[in-house]
Amino acid sequence: MELNELLDCVSTLSCVVTQVSAGLTIGMLLFLVASGLTLIFGVLGLVNFAHGSFYMVGAYLALAGYGATGSFIVAVAFGALGVAVLGLLCERLLLSRIYGADVLMQLLVCYAIVLILDDVVKIVWGADFLSMGVPDSLRQPPFIVAGGIIPYFYAILFLVTAAIALLLAWGMGRTRFGRTVRAAAVNPAMVAALGVNTTALYAVVFAIGAMLAGAAGALSAPIRSVVPGAGVSILIESFIVTVIGGMGSIGGALAASLIIGLTRSFGSIGFPLFVEGMMFVIMALVLLLKPSGLAGRRGA
Amino acid sequence: MAQQRNTGLGRRALLGAAGAAALASPNIAFGQSRQPIKVGVPTILSGRVAQLGISSRNAMQMEVERFNAAGGLDGRMIELIVRDSRGTPAEAARLAREMISSDGCEFILDCEPSSGGFAVHEVVRETGTVTLHVNSETSSLSADPRQRFWNAFRVARQGIHDSIAGGAYAASVVRARNLRRWMTVSPDYAYGRDTTAEFLEYLRHFVPEVQVVGETWPRLFQPDYTENITRLSQGRPQAIYSCLWAGDLVTFMEQASIFGLLANTQFFGVNLADYTTLQQIRNLPRGAHSGNRYLRNFPDVPGNREFAAEYNRRFNTFPTNWSWQSATAVRLLTTALREVGGTSPRAVAEKLRGMTIESPFGADGRVTMRAEDQTLVGYAIGWGTTISADPFVENMQTADWNTIFRLEAEWKRAKGWL
Repeated sequence: MELNELLDCVSTLSCVVTQVSAGLTIGMLLFLVASGLTLIFGVLGLVNFAHGSFYMVGAYLALAGYGATGSFIVAVAFGALGVAVLGLLCERLLLSRIYGADVLMQLLVCYAIVLILDDVVKIVWGADFLSMGVPDSLRQPPFIVAGGIIPYFYAILFLVTAAIALLLAWGMGRTRFGRTVRAAAVNPAMVAALGVNTTALYAVVFAIGAMLAGAAGALSAPIRSVVPGAGVSILIESFIVTVIGGMGSIGGALAASLIIGLTRSFGSIGFPLFVEGMMFVIMALVLLLKPSGLAGRRGA
Repeated sequence: MAQQRNTGLGRRALLGAAGAAALASPNIAFGQSRQPIKVGVPTILSGRVAQLGISSRNAMQMEVERFNAAGGLDGRMIELIVRDSRGTPAEAARLAREMISSDGCEFILDCEPSSGGFAVHEVVRETGTVTLHVNSETSSLSADPRQRFWNAFRVARQGIHDSIAGGAYAASVVRARNLRRWMTVSPDYAYGRDTTAEFLEYLRHFVPEVQVVGETWPRLFQPDYTENITRLSQGRPQAIYSCLWAGDLVTFMEQASIFGLLANTQFFGVNLADYTTLQQIRNLPRGAHSGNRYLRNFPDVPGNREFAAEYNRRFNTFPTNWSWQSATAVRLLTTALREVGGTSPRAVAEKLRGMTIESPFGADGRVTMRAEDQTLVGYAIGWGTTISADPFVENMQTADWNTIFRLEAEWKRAKGWL
């Protein structure tokens, strides 16, 4: 434990600026993945263990899109939309058949998808790690705010992810589609009885969830290794976020993601050997004190 | 009746068999001499380290084909049996045992990193199979007398050698630029911890005034290094040491550059100068310090350049650190086989002990399998500074093996190994 350094940091504006901005960016990227996971669970009741693989495929598709066009915007769009289509196919061909099945069956089918996607990316892109690198247009000197460092690309990442989060909140809270989705999460039989095609609704929700993971993979491709199996660690963190925030709660996922991001950021200074452990401590505390999660429904 | 018939048939069969055996015996003997010499190669062919295992296999294929094309060992060709351990030590041990007992491998070229290498080591300690550890860099594998036995040899570079060389080089930069405040960022497992500790030990040996003001230990294959980079930024070090490698190092360098971390800090990365890493970093900073892993221009001799060119022509990529080690292992083994004129394990092991061969990867054109601890010495070690384009590293300074030998002996004495 290096608590003196942590105290020095929180009492220094430059350190606070650097750590908070980094923590928020990490947290928002995590939120994109976790929000898709929790959306799928909340509406479809499916624990999507293959969600990390969608993140990985998003990164590979973005790499391909960037290689073909040289445009980062096209790369992100290609990654996100490509994974949405992939998610739609997975849902229609495989996962729709196991709605309501026990968790073990869901785990088996999702694990099959993980293995298949890992092998497909190896066949298409090879087993070696790949790197996109930050596009030249976004490779600018970092902002210096009160002596703290905010990388230009991180600022862009934060703005884009925050915009997606706002769009998601607006879509789920203020649109007819969002109201239908929320109603289907509570009582799908009633929604079907009112004439809504729940089969199509589920497919679209799954595609949106997958697209969020794909977008996170695509956005982070310039600063992270693109490698088969890259989704495993992000999946574990996403499950931690989902448990802390509350299964099925997008608002909870946002809060939990930012908590995890800031914990990682400040933890690296105060308790660098226990950063990973601290995430699980927070999760355990939440499970003990509020088992449904920060914003989860009781009994969820 | 039955008994007589049986006896008669048995007698005729016996005579026939004896006659056939007499006629066939020269052919049987001839056939045996043409049996391939099977060499087992457990390595990693899938997962994040697959590129290194594949580069080991590629280099071995090149050298074995050369040996076979030259007639092999009196007509006996080497047959490599390469299998994927998937980076799991238990699987590497299982594969080694299977290769020896089921496939009839007479030799093992263990192309595992240290984790799997120690597992294979225990298998061959038991079976007595002559084994060359090709990619295990952990010093204790050959330095610790308890780990040593007659049939195991190490061809890989060794952690203690690299640490002494790195410490001596870094000390010269420290003196020239007055770099006192250091931080480290290395992977959080045995290799990262040991290598970092040894580097710092020798840096302080040469420059005792150096202060390490902070350390950060990302886990192996961590996807994001933001928290480690901000930790380094807060420490405001003058120099940073890292033994991150491959994709982890690429990601770290990419993120560090957008934080501007490397603009005012000297970076020492022992694993930077390997083509798999250098070619993946989009904006390789100028002036980062790196030890050589494999570079086609270090040593800058025709043999090394030809090796890289041939490898590139065949596999459309450049060799790695594991490639030169694998090529050297095959050259040592085939040289020993030819000098012995057979595959007797004891004779081959005895021939390997103390053997010196011509090598384009040697500091002075030769490498030696040191007899006292059955480990490779004399290979080229150097440090230089990066530039953004091929040849990627310039101003290479060659390490002094006399210094390495002297400090290595002191290190062994301090550990009670000498």
